[in-house]
Amino acid sequence: MAMQFYASPEQIMRDRSELARKGIARGRSAVVLSYSGGVLFVAENLSSALHKVSEIYDRIGFAAVGRYNEFENLRRAGVRMADLNGLSYDRRDVTGRALANAFAQTLGAIFTEQSKPFEVEICVAEVGATADADELYRLTYDGSVNDEPGRMAMGGQAEAITGVLKSQHRADMSLGEAVRVAVQALSTVGGEGGAARTIAANQLEVAVLDRQRVGRTFRRITGAALTALLDGDAAAEGQAADAAGGPAEPVVPTTEGHKPTSSAGSADLEDRPAEGGER
Amino acid sequence: MFTNAGTSSFTTFLSRVAPEMLPGRRPLPPGMAADLAPHATTIVAIAAAEGVVMAGDRRATMGNLIAQRDIEKVHPADAYSLVGIAGTAGIGIELMRLFQVELEHYEKIEGAMLSLDGKANRLASMIRGNLGAAMQGLAVVPLFAGFDLAAADPARAGRIFSFDVTGGPYEETGYDAIGSGSLFAKSALKKRFRAGLSVEDATRLAVEALYDAADDDTATGGPDLTRRIYPVVMTATAEGTRRLTDPETAAIAEGVVAGRMENPGG
Repeated sequence: MAMQFYASPEQIMRDRSELARKGIARGRSAVVLSYSGGVLFVAENLSSALHKVSEIYDRIGFAAVGRYNEFENLRRAGVRMADLNGLSYDRRDVTGRALANAFAQTLGAIFTEQSKPFEVEICVAEVGATADADELYRLTYDGSVNDEPGRMAMGGQAEAITGVLKSQHRADMSLGEAVRVAVQALSTVGGEGGAARTIAANQLEVAVLDRQRVGRTFRRITGAALTALLDGDAAAEGQAADAAGGPAEPVVPTTEGHKPTSSAGSADLEDRPAEGGER
Repeated sequence: MFTNAGTSSFTTFLSRVAPEMLPGRRPLPPGMAADLAPHATTIVAIAAAEGVVMAGDRRATMGNLIAQRDIEKVHPADAYSLVGIAGTAGIGIELMRLFQVELEHYEKIEGAMLSLDGKANRLASMIRGNLGAAMQGLAVVPLFAGFDLAAADPARAGRIFSFDVTGGPYEETGYDAIGSGSLFAKSALKKRFRAGLSVEDATRLAVEALYDAADDDTATGGPDLTRRIYPVVMTATAEGTRRLTDPETAAIAEGVVAGRMENPGG
């Protein structure tokens, strides 16, 4: 019979943490920040089909770095939990905080009970009525959860990226400014000799939770719309925001949009008032 | 329970973790229960050149009584499809909410929308699940219509599916109606429907058909001019689903009523 060598609990936890940290630092980074019109997700992602950023619920988005199969599993769990709670209570009763807590429990249990921790770092973001009301939760491999102040970076050399974000980010930025700050922050690391890189539009995954929408607020920004935002063409910015899937004149959220039985589709398409809303 | 690799279907997930939330999974005591709860009545759907139009009256009945004057029976199922319910109102609303979540859930999990036929088949299997209750009088029969994003011919992108209590989706050509007044609504549509109608003409035609249904069926409510309760009219086109605003439906309904002042038969 093989002898079991003794390993102290501290040592086991240290080893697991190291494994997870290394795995997360190997990957490419993602940035989440609030701007005047909502919450922006920017991730470096070479694949256009395997997403790092996705929708969880009406006003809640999800971004992750690390191992795809592990965070995809968590994302599916999050969608299931959100949809179950939204159906049994009301769509307004699904909150980012509850989801972040559930993820924290799952990650914490996996970290202590399984032989290998999840090599993932996750952001659960909920868009609020104003930038101050946005909630960004950072969840790490060991199940710890942090409430971040309007911006966060994760994966790769996250600390250097966070430094740039901290100095450049303001909550009242426009979408174009926010995208450019995020890309600038992502490109400061990984260049040759410490120089900044250029990241092409097709290597970026960009999505927003749009503050102005009722119902499902998550929109991806791809193709020409994204290129226009990156180029900083001020005239194109308005069009790009529309090309993100929105109507020309976004609807101002009203209480009418929250009828539980009618908001499951994209309510912005259903209830677009004839007179339009103000921008 | 949430983290099993499992399925992209929300109802399959529910059947595993919370079967009591599925309408067909509740044990019912024996006996007929048809008069227990309000019934929702007539829904019509019409295929138009740019998409499809669905309209429903606002009445729910319980036997000879009007249970509700302003019930809403036509809802968006997702961004490109519509669902209308007839039959036992409570179960119908529950089924419709479940169907909305089902479509949204698949879209979020898979990152792509179900095909229009896929949506109709999902709805069919959900109705089949309610067969036991249907046999005791708590039947729900929906009408499903949507804009088919994969259609080769844009003029045929607006498609309508009807169902029976055992599931069984049947694709309808041109128009269909369900509910107690459907006989009269369909007779009206049979004479007035033309292929290639504009969405605008189709909305008017839908309200006309509901008027004819209300004319001969006591369980179907006509436009209520005194209380300003008008039919719910929704469209699904390439731009997505849209509910006509109250002023828009009021204008159409008042136009129809004015026409009937001259000629009651339409």
